[in-house]
Amino acid sequence: MALPNKPLGELAAVANPEIKEHECDVLIVGGGMAACGAAFEIKKWAPDDMKIILVDKASMERSGAVAQGLSAINTYIGSNPIENYVKMVRNDLMGVVREDLIYDLGRHVDESVKLFEEWGLPVWKKDAAGETLDGAQPAKTLREGGEPVRTGKWQIMINGESYKCIVAEPAKSALGEANCLERIFIVKMLLDKNKANQIAGAVGFSTRENTVHVFKCKAALVACGGAVNIFRPRSTGEGKGRAWYPVWNAGSTYTMCAQVGATLTMMENRFTPARFKDGYGPVGAWFLLFKAKVQNGLGEFYANSPAVKEELEKFMPYGASAVTPTCLRNHLMLNELKAGRGPIYMATDVALNAFLDAKRAAGMDEKAVKKYWKHLESEAWEDFLDMSVGQAGLWAGMNIEPEKTGSEIMPTEPYMLGSHSGCCGIWTSGPEEDWVPKVDGPRSHQYKWGYNRMTTVDGLFTAGDGVGASGHKFSSGSHAEGRIVAKQMVKFCRDNASFKPELKQTAQELADEIYAPVKLYLQHVGATTAANVNPNYCKPAGIMMRLMKATDEYGGGVATYYMTSGKLLNICLDLLRMLREDAALMAAGDLHELMRAWENYHRIWCVEAHIRHIEFRKESRYPGFYYRSDYPTCDDANWKVFVNSTFNPDTKEWACEKVNCINIIETDPWI
Amino acid sequence: MPSYVDPSKCDGCKGGDKTACMYICPNDLMVLNKEEMRAYNQEPDACWECYSCVKICPQGAIFVRGYDDFVPMGGQVHPMRSSDSIMWTVKFRNGNLKRFKFPIRTTAEGAANAYVGQKGANLDDECLLLEADLPKPTKLAK
Repeated sequence: MALPNKPLGELAAVANPEIKEHECDVLIVGGGMAACGAAFEIKKWAPDDMKIILVDKASMERSGAVAQGLSAINTYIGSNPIENYVKMVRNDLMGVVREDLIYDLGRHVDESVKLFEEWGLPVWKKDAAGETLDGAQPAKTLREGGEPVRTGKWQIMINGESYKCIVAEPAKSALGEANCLERIFIVKMLLDKNKANQIAGAVGFSTRENTVHVFKCKAALVACGGAVNIFRPRSTGEGKGRAWYPVWNAGSTYTMCAQVGATLTMMENRFTPARFKDGYGPVGAWFLLFKAKVQNGLGEFYANSPAVKEELEKFMPYGASAVTPTCLRNHLMLNELKAGRGPIYMATDVALNAFLDAKRAAGMDEKAVKKYWKHLESEAWEDFLDMSVGQAGLWAGMNIEPEKTGSEIMPTEPYMLGSHSGCCGIWTSGPEEDWVPKVDGPRSHQYKWGYNRMTTVDGLFTAGDGVGASGHKFSSGSHAEGRIVAKQMVKFCRDNASFKPELKQTAQELADEIYAPVKLYLQHVGATTAANVNPNYCKPAGIMMRLMKATDEYGGGVATYYMTSGKLLNICLDLLRMLREDAALMAAGDLHELMRAWENYHRIWCVEAHIRHIEFRKESRYPGFYYRSDYPTCDDANWKVFVNSTFNPDTKEWACEKVNCINIIETDPWI
Repeated sequence: MPSYVDPSKCDGCKGGDKTACMYICPNDLMVLNKEEMRAYNQEPDACWECYSCVKICPQGAIFVRGYDDFVPMGGQVHPMRSSDSIMWTVKFRNGNLKRFKFPIRTTAEGAANAYVGQKGANLDDECLLLEADLPKPTKLAK
């Protein structure tokens, strides 16, 4: 029974919400790993009278990309030279990265991991005989010199189901519960009325009561993760939620910073991870811990074939490294699929049985082999159960036991992020130290302008997925980066003690803007007999599908095996322009839908930046992530540069530009 | 899938200010219908299957049924989470069962040291709390 029309959700929205105004020195927007790092660290530097508020769209205990847990920490430097970490990231991201930011992250990240362990995160260790101990068994801590279980050179294994709960706890207690405001979705950052290019506040709304919250601040961290559900996913029904990256990340970081004039960098970069098909379970442990290999549909382990080696030689120096860059690994897989040699299987059965055969060959009796197998099986399942339970559910539903049969893997739909094997984001200052290059020109060309990780807007900082051209931070690096920012924000407040933020708009004007979708709904809902079909407005769910269809078909999504062209990209930009206009006609009848409406504004904006950047860059920098048919190769001679873009909030114009990319760490040897 | 709620077990957290599932869901999916005093997942196709609601529900009333566009029926994965470990039961479509238990935390809840009151040394260098003698790169590009 559709009639009478009523809001879909339980918490109906009203036309005139209450308004609450807050004043603080520092505002932390987001509650994930980076924001928790900032919340923990900031009180160590702030004077006692400094007011700091954190605002999270969800609950810090389970918010952000680590909400579900993780089975590994992917960045722990340990005894490796930090320079080698820079080289690895530089090569994986095809040369165009900010080496100052990466090195800087590398020198802080281990301290975050040691804190996690101290707070209660179980970290796997090696015992004296080299056997694995899970994180609850007695062993020396990392700080005491305990040896973690390495999978690759940079990753360590954890029992990480409660990773986020453990990290959120000291963040909350450091800041004080009363200063952590949850279930408030910040949707716009606000510039100062009097001082040009200076952040002065933010505005958002509660998803629990009809209240708009207006904040004034001197400095702000925006750390709200990457962007998901921006390209049509492979599963478009219920499985749309089983995104690889957290489905609640809506590109808010990029959009909110871009809209106040922060320069973006490398927004052409995207990540289309190859993961277990449909369940999107992690493959890292399978490749690295269990030494599994991928097989094409003909049963061939194609990764070491002569044809593959020849293909990689087209992408030098990147293709030559022992660990092939992530995008090129996808490229090789796509070549198999496009040639009709799919499906691609992770040979889990071969890998697991190889361990058992090795034990038998070493003289282990069958009873001991059986016990060893129980341990191995448990490790294999924990990898999913810690961080991607849906994949375990798919195996259960499909009767898949990994020792008996392999599982299909597949490159996913594209995501935008800056902390994993991707590097889109915001252009920030590096540390104010001698080894960081001094570059003349506007901030959008410089490497440092006084405050580490400050964007080109005064007082506006970012971290984690927000900081561009500096990938492979993962969970631990994002936390460390939040800690870096915390100290810098305190420094910024000290240096600008006389600054008094003043907003350009009144609180009522802001509230009217935030609640526009509600007013539109209430005005027109009676015009038809079904609330979702109405000529006067569109619903957020439909707008999201429209966005994902446009990007998939014209922007190089899975529909075209990630292929696009200048012609297609310009069609995409035309569609996005109309989409942006129509987004002003989104209607929301309840608070949950209002959240979806604003998430879609954020998605549309950040995708537009993505498409503009791909259009501007006349080459294919990341084969396997996307291709331009009109410029199909990676062209180092002309394009080993950053593409930076800036939206001018006064003129409403976008400008893309090439910016020099400087090698700081030695290039010979390259790896 | 999506999480679903067993109405015979859900008590709406007795109508408290915030029900546990509603409090925890990172995507704002779990809601309480106050007339029925039962919670439900309002947007199943936006569910990440993160299991946060399943793990936190004090009544054990929340379960997950696999995404209906790719998971065959009959399997189920269900956790029991305590303060230091989690026990998973994996039921296969063919009826087979597997159980796994993993540690989740080595300290008591609430015991994480926030270093409250401790202050850093010099606001003008790059060292964070507990850090000193930060390295600088030595293998530089020529």
